Amino acid sequence: MSAINGQSTNGSTAAPGTPRTGGEVVCDAMLAAGVDVIFGMPGGASLPFYDSLYHYQDRIRHVLIRHEQAAGFAANGYARATGKVGVATSTSGPGATNMVTCMANDIMDSVGVVYITGQVARPAIGSDAFQEADVTGISIPITKHSYLVMDVDDLPRVMSEAFHLASTGRPGPVHVDIPKDVFLETTTETAPDQVNLRGYRPSKVGNARMVRKAAEVINAAERPIIMAGHGIDISGAADELMQLATRGSIPVVSTLHGVGTFPETHPLSFGMLGMHGLAYANFSMRQTDCIIGLGTRFDDRAVGKEDEFGPGAKVVHIDIDPAEIGKVLETDVPIVGDLKLTLQKLLPLIESRDRTPWLDQMNGWRRDHPSLKIPDSPDSVLPQEVVRAIYDISGGEARVIADVGQNQMWASQHFWYERPRMFFSAGGLGPMGYALPAAMGVKLADEKQDVWCVTGDGGLLINIQEFNTLAAEGINVKVAVLNNAHLGMIRQWQEFFYEGRYMGAFLDNPDFAKVAQAFGLHGVGTSSRDEMHEAIAMAHEYDGPVVLDLHVDRVENVYPMIVPGTGVNSVIEDPR
Amino acid sequence: MNGTETHTLVATVADHPGVLTRVASLFRRRGFNIASLAVGHSEEPGYSRMTIAVEGSAEEVKQCEKQLYKLVEVVSVRNLTGAPAVTRELAMIKVRVTSNERPGLAEITDIFRGEIVDVSKTSMIVQMTGAQSKIDRFLDVITEYPIEEISRTGVIAIARDDVGPRNGRARG
Ligand SMILES: Cc1ncc(C[n+]2csc(CCOP(=O)(O)OP(=O)(O)O)c2C)c(N)n1
Ligand SMILES: [Mg+2]
Repeated sequence: MSAINGQSTNGSTAAPGTPRTGGEVVCDAMLAAGVDVIFGMPGGASLPFYDSLYHYQDRIRHVLIRHEQAAGFAANGYARATGKVGVATSTSGPGATNMVTCMANDIMDSVGVVYITGQVARPAIGSDAFQEADVTGISIPITKHSYLVMDVDDLPRVMSEAFHLASTGRPGPVHVDIPKDVFLETTTETAPDQVNLRGYRPSKVGNARMVRKAAEVINAAERPIIMAGHGIDISGAADELMQLATRGSIPVVSTLHGVGTFPETHPLSFGMLGMHGLAYANFSMRQTDCIIGLGTRFDDRAVGKEDEFGPGAKVVHIDIDPAEIGKVLETDVPIVGDLKLTLQKLLPLIESRDRTPWLDQMNGWRRDHPSLKIPDSPDSVLPQEVVRAIYDISGGEARVIADVGQNQMWASQHFWYERPRMFFSAGGLGPMGYALPAAMGVKLADEKQDVWCVTGDGGLLINIQEFNTLAAEGINVKVAVLNNAHLGMIRQWQEFFYEGRYMGAFLDNPDFAKVAQAFGLHGVGTSSRDEMHEAIAMAHEYDGPVVLDLHVDRVENVYPMIVPGTGVNSVIEDPR
Repeated sequence: MNGTETHTLVATVADHPGVLTRVASLFRRRGFNIASLAVGHSEEPGYSRMTIAVEGSAEEVKQCEKQLYKLVEVVSVRNLTGAPAVTRELAMIKVRVTSNERPGLAEITDIFRGEIVDVSKTSMIVQMTGAQSKIDRFLDVITEYPIEEISRTGVIAIARDDVGPRNGRARG
């Protein structure tokens, strides 16, 4: 029982031959991966693991969430904010199935989370035992990899592989299902010094010949444009992106997950593209002669109609995942590699060029289609104003976690993100209920940073039980509820595409300020503009979690909007 | 736009429980069409070889290879379509025959170099090995006989090595 004796039990330093229980092996692996906070809820099958956590609580903080879905989303937020691996844990059966949405979310957004689930004891597997579910069977299509560990001697190797897989290459969720009796058994095995997986060799620097070809294509382009994706953030390549853009005078648009990888107030930044992207960002994609896709999978919400997306443009695509290249767009210069390393090879080959005519043209669209103008609204506060107020009061220094729906688009549009890892949103799967738990993970990743959760009223209700976690753990997250009494995005689609036949779009909400108070949180509700500003200023100063129930205009729409199936030519801009 | 054809992929995969589920799950969720899948031990302990016949355009199959390769337990993937390779399938066909009909079926079987591996009062079992097209052709030829049961292994394939210019000996 080395942990009790206070000896070092770090996976990398545990003396070979020291017997450890399965539970201790998992704890040591977390420490070796630098994980200091995990999120979970115990249950019968994972109780032995919790007994190990008990002995590690000086080194690993366990945050008890109130629904396992919150564990997965919080671990996602922690992972995205730190660049480390997040850890979420649950018991077998219902605990594990509650995290299925989180795994699907992580794989879509390339976020490294290790899921530790308890399983019924080995002799009971396959017998329909109490709380048994074939969760590794369920998680196969929504994880990067998964393990059912049937022998404790395999566990040290499995745990180091799990952390390695989650964090390298294209990151993603890894599921480790551990039967109750495996947690209890002891092993003298240690993790190998190096993970050795024959079938897993993520590439590093892109092919040199292709890099030279990319430089030729970019140098020859009159109207190139960089499409910056999540890969910039994951690879830590924001500096290289800046150099590429400024050296070549190449404008930058970002995907939803690329927001902040290039400073949004920089003159070469043309904001986010896509369905609710800025009109001028999308106009530029129509006219460009060279798309430089960096760490992006050309998602349909970003690209829209493929044949109106850079028609005739050359496509240079750099991504770590070979399967993304050529999946959506035909690619002229495919490069598989880590972005940072590959851009470092590319940069010296990029000619410094004056591209004033192209930039003038783009700035013309920016001037004529100012997508971010907030209209006057004498009778109601607009949700956009709330996001602006948070931007102003935090000096643009807050980390913002958006939920899903209209609030997500406004939070991406009306705040200018200057660095990676300032804006967090579940873009790929789009699960409502993401923001509140993810914000807890982001906050605990670095408590010095201000963290704002911007959520819809509908999305808040999906994981509102986490108010209890905020209160109990004193997690200093500011929650701004853009309360429009609607599933706003649904209402907007029904207005636009179903001739106003509203069905299942109206929300009969509780008083969220009172709900927050009942949970022991500081809660304020208002529908006035002045009070909204005051409340945000108060929350900014307040030392502890705050919930602001901000009653905003009920029927405000998100603009601009490119109707699905159409191209940028038929973009709907704000009519006001 | 390339037309749909059947491609033969040969993958080396770690011999772990669940690896077949992973491969099958991948094909299902990405909408790739498996015509057949055969799996067995390889020359290396701990690794199996899968031969997967996939239907799709060249681009679809390329994407399928890349997705397969993303599975951690998949060590290598080769597309043997159009490459020098030997592909074989084994089929067993139970045919209902009267004693009068036996010689006729035996003759056709012989022409196709199949084997009669079992005879009962009312039926015969033919075993046929060869390229998939040969088995298909055999089945076409014996349509006059009532077929009771067919069991096919699906193709397995192995790449040929380069043949030296002089002593190359082509073998079917
Ligand atoms: C779990 C889940 N269920 C349903 C949806 C479909 N959906 C997308 S946006 C939306 C409305 C969100 O309403 P709200 O949280 O109030 O945000 P708003 O759009 O009003 O800002 C719904 C229901 C979803 N994305 N996730
Ligand atoms: Mg709403």
